[in-house]
Amino acid sequence: MKKYYRYIAVLLAAGVLSCEPEFDTPVDELGTYSNGEADFSSYVALGNSLTAGYADGALYITGQENSYPNIMAQQFALTQETNDFTIPYVSDNTGGLLFGGTVIAENRFVLAVGANGEPGPARYTGSQPTTEVLNTLDGPFRNMGVPGAKSYHLVAQGYGNAEGVPAGMANPYFARFATSASTTVVEDAMMLNPTFFSLWIGNNDVLGYATSGGTGEDQTNNTVPSTYGPNDITDPNVFHSVYSGIVETLTSTATGGVLVNIPDVTSVPYFTTVPINAIPLDATTAEALNNQFAAYNTQILPGLVQMGVITADEAAFRQLNFTEGQNYVTLVDEDLTDIAETIQAAPFNLDAQTASLLGQLRQGTDSDLIPLTSAGFLGTTVGDNPNMVNGVSVPLGDEHVLTITEQELIKEATTAYNQAISDIADANGLALLDANSLLTDIAQNGYNFDAGTVTSTFASGGAFSLDGIHLTPRGYAIVANELIKEINITYSASVPGVNIGNYPTITLNNEVN
Amino acid sequence: MKKLLFLCLFGLAASVTYAGGYRVSLQGQRSLAMGHTGVAVVNNAELAFFNPAGLVYLENKINMAVGASAVFSEVAWQNDQFGETYRTDSPVGTPFYAYFSYKMNDWLSLGLAAYTPYGSTVEWPTDWSGSHLVNNIDLKAIYIQALASVKITDNLSVGGGPIYVTGGVNFNRNLNRTLTDLEGNRSNVTVDATGVSAFGWSASAMYKPTDRLTVGLNYRSEIMMDAEGGDADFQNIPNSPLTPFEDTAFDATLPLPAELSVGFSYQLLDKWLLAVDYNRTYWSVYESLDIDFANPNIPDSQNARNYKDAATYRFGMQYLANEMFTLRVGYYFDESPVQSGYFAPETPRNDAQGFTGGLSVNVNDRLSIDASFLYNRYKEVDESYDYYSEDGQRVPFEGTYKTSAFIPGLGLTYKI
Repeated sequence: MKKYYRYIAVLLAAGVLSCEPEFDTPVDELGTYSNGEADFSSYVALGNSLTAGYADGALYITGQENSYPNIMAQQFALTQETNDFTIPYVSDNTGGLLFGGTVIAENRFVLAVGANGEPGPARYTGSQPTTEVLNTLDGPFRNMGVPGAKSYHLVAQGYGNAEGVPAGMANPYFARFATSASTTVVEDAMMLNPTFFSLWIGNNDVLGYATSGGTGEDQTNNTVPSTYGPNDITDPNVFHSVYSGIVETLTSTATGGVLVNIPDVTSVPYFTTVPINAIPLDATTAEALNNQFAAYNTQILPGLVQMGVITADEAAFRQLNFTEGQNYVTLVDEDLTDIAETIQAAPFNLDAQTASLLGQLRQGTDSDLIPLTSAGFLGTTVGDNPNMVNGVSVPLGDEHVLTITEQELIKEATTAYNQAISDIADANGLALLDANSLLTDIAQNGYNFDAGTVTSTFASGGAFSLDGIHLTPRGYAIVANELIKEINITYSASVPGVNIGNYPTITLNNEVN
Repeated sequence: MKKLLFLCLFGLAASVTYAGGYRVSLQGQRSLAMGHTGVAVVNNAELAFFNPAGLVYLENKINMAVGASAVFSEVAWQNDQFGETYRTDSPVGTPFYAYFSYKMNDWLSLGLAAYTPYGSTVEWPTDWSGSHLVNNIDLKAIYIQALASVKITDNLSVGGGPIYVTGGVNFNRNLNRTLTDLEGNRSNVTVDATGVSAFGWSASAMYKPTDRLTVGLNYRSEIMMDAEGGDADFQNIPNSPLTPFEDTAFDATLPLPAELSVGFSYQLLDKWLLAVDYNRTYWSVYESLDIDFANPNIPDSQNARNYKDAATYRFGMQYLANEMFTLRVGYYFDESPVQSGYFAPETPRNDAQGFTGGLSVNVNDRLSIDASFLYNRYKEVDESYDYYSEDGQRVPFEGTYKTSAFIPGLGLTYKI
């Protein structure tokens, strides 16, 4: 009998062995996809918050996991043996940062349903940040995306020096994982001997100016970045020289790479969500306001034109008109002629307070943009005085409006940066993703996927996270797929993209106090 | 012996997927070794399942057959557009059977049977690409049947009896492709129903036109398993009024379809027996898997299945080698009830070919050991499930599937 048992044992063993179903072309084995002429074995990603996977106004773990470099790295690994893509993970999904126990960066936004039943973004308050900047990680990491970094920061020594963080001389995100106090982002990246890199830097060189409503300076022709403020526009020549320096260093080891240009920052929901005619007025109020400004419109402005203080065009631009229904906001435009002093003198003889109100006053136009963060400010009253309504009787300050003039400065700088990036890509034979066109196209036409269309509409569109500037995981997956397309073309590779329908958008949560 | 019987009946849960749909055709080692033919084979107590009319033709007064199979099955899925691969990690399934018949007199035999003709256990890696359709499913059904077999004339008999089914289901899936809580944990639901019971019946006839030729017919009724008041457990739901999912009760109905078998066997020379069976399983009753949640705020889950009736063609051969050994081989072609576009990964079945073999060892006059093995061969298939929707838009779940199954089985036949 025994030998039959043996046969049975053999059959059982054969059963276990024969149980592995095999595909004709298994995608989890090398050989199905090709890395082409690229060598992804040591891939390093450099950039800012967009590269780090920052979303919803914070850096948190799931955002880092869904960063476009991490998505790409997993796809690269289908084509050849690669090093694990290491990420300087923060400690939680709350977002926010601690420095010596003190909160220095806020929690993430979540979509919460307010008391009025309307969903809207709110800072998550269910727990405190736990990511301590002073608990440094052992770098370098392959995702070298540093939230807040401008182009010249990537080569700035001491940018990761924790001691410089409180004074704003260093970046807390880089301080967490910089290999030394004096190192630079690029130096740390080079420690990994990159064979392939991605570089998406320069957004913050205009973004700080934009999100602050243009409160900073345009530093074009100032070639000393150390003198720049955080909300300034970087000089395009500085950008070009810094950028080409970074690429030169990276290509000293890397045989390939992909550059990403700078999107039009004014096309993001941060600037396109709050309507410029956000002020509802009833007929009585509108009439009262029109009466109040009648003399200004019909006498003072034409008078100033006659005196040659302002042009007829500016006079027309400064007319104030209110109607029943939605009205354009009033704002202080620093690019207008300041008439405050003139109108205190004869023949106008206005009092100082009124003159100062009218000094650089105008109504918004369809070309002006109001930042998302000002949404809650419009229509509020000053000191509970119903006659002091922000955006109507109290004009909005510079920080609440990105005027057309300010937008032009941003556009000029962006165009110059993108020309530099394109030239550098060509000169070095690198792949280039035109993120400017990509995001403009998403804003205008959307991006189709298997369950519909991703758009730039705030909160519901799917592309942008709740800070209105950074992308959702789905948005980052789109970027990853588009990067992969460009890489495949430039390097004759066949890296597969990902299914963007599998990537989430915004997070619902009502723990917002 | 006693211990083995105990193990077979109680120790081993019946839960496998391997035949078309969630039909598990492993109801007797002797029959299985012959391609799971048997509607016209008078061999042992396995007739209680294959054709109870034949029980009365068994020579001995008491006939018993017990056995169990070990199902080693794995399904692989891949999507070459996105470079994704996942493989099931399903536990070894152990369907069993136990049959007993007692010859009251020359024209009447009574019997009892317990068997597991339906079941499914599929475990995909949690949160895999198809997790919005299924993470894991465990479907069990045990049939218990009382039988009578009546000889009408020397060459014609009828049989059958009522069936009591007890079973349960445990099914987990993610709510959609992307919803998570704040920590990124995927929102999912487990529906669980146990102790679901229902009744059915089977009826059969056997006719022996000549000494060598036997023909048979068996029909087993459809049984609707109505799970009422099962538990639906929602996990990792975002803390938001926009996602009003909370634990609730659910109702669902799963059909165990009717099956018709016809076939014949032919005794060739003295030592050879040939058998051919045709099964038709009336799967078209399985139109949709609808989960009706008690909480009115939770949308009910409707999952189109639209199965079609499916046939299986079976061929078997037996050779009496000597007093001690009987050898068997068989083949069958098992048509999948799943139509193109309805290929859901919870029962990822395409057409299968079964290659079977086995032997009986007569330990003594009363006891035999029956062993069988089954190898299922499935073609690699590009398929999709097209009836999952997000925001009113259908989102197909596509990929290439490849299944393998190897199923050894062991049983005992005892007769007095």
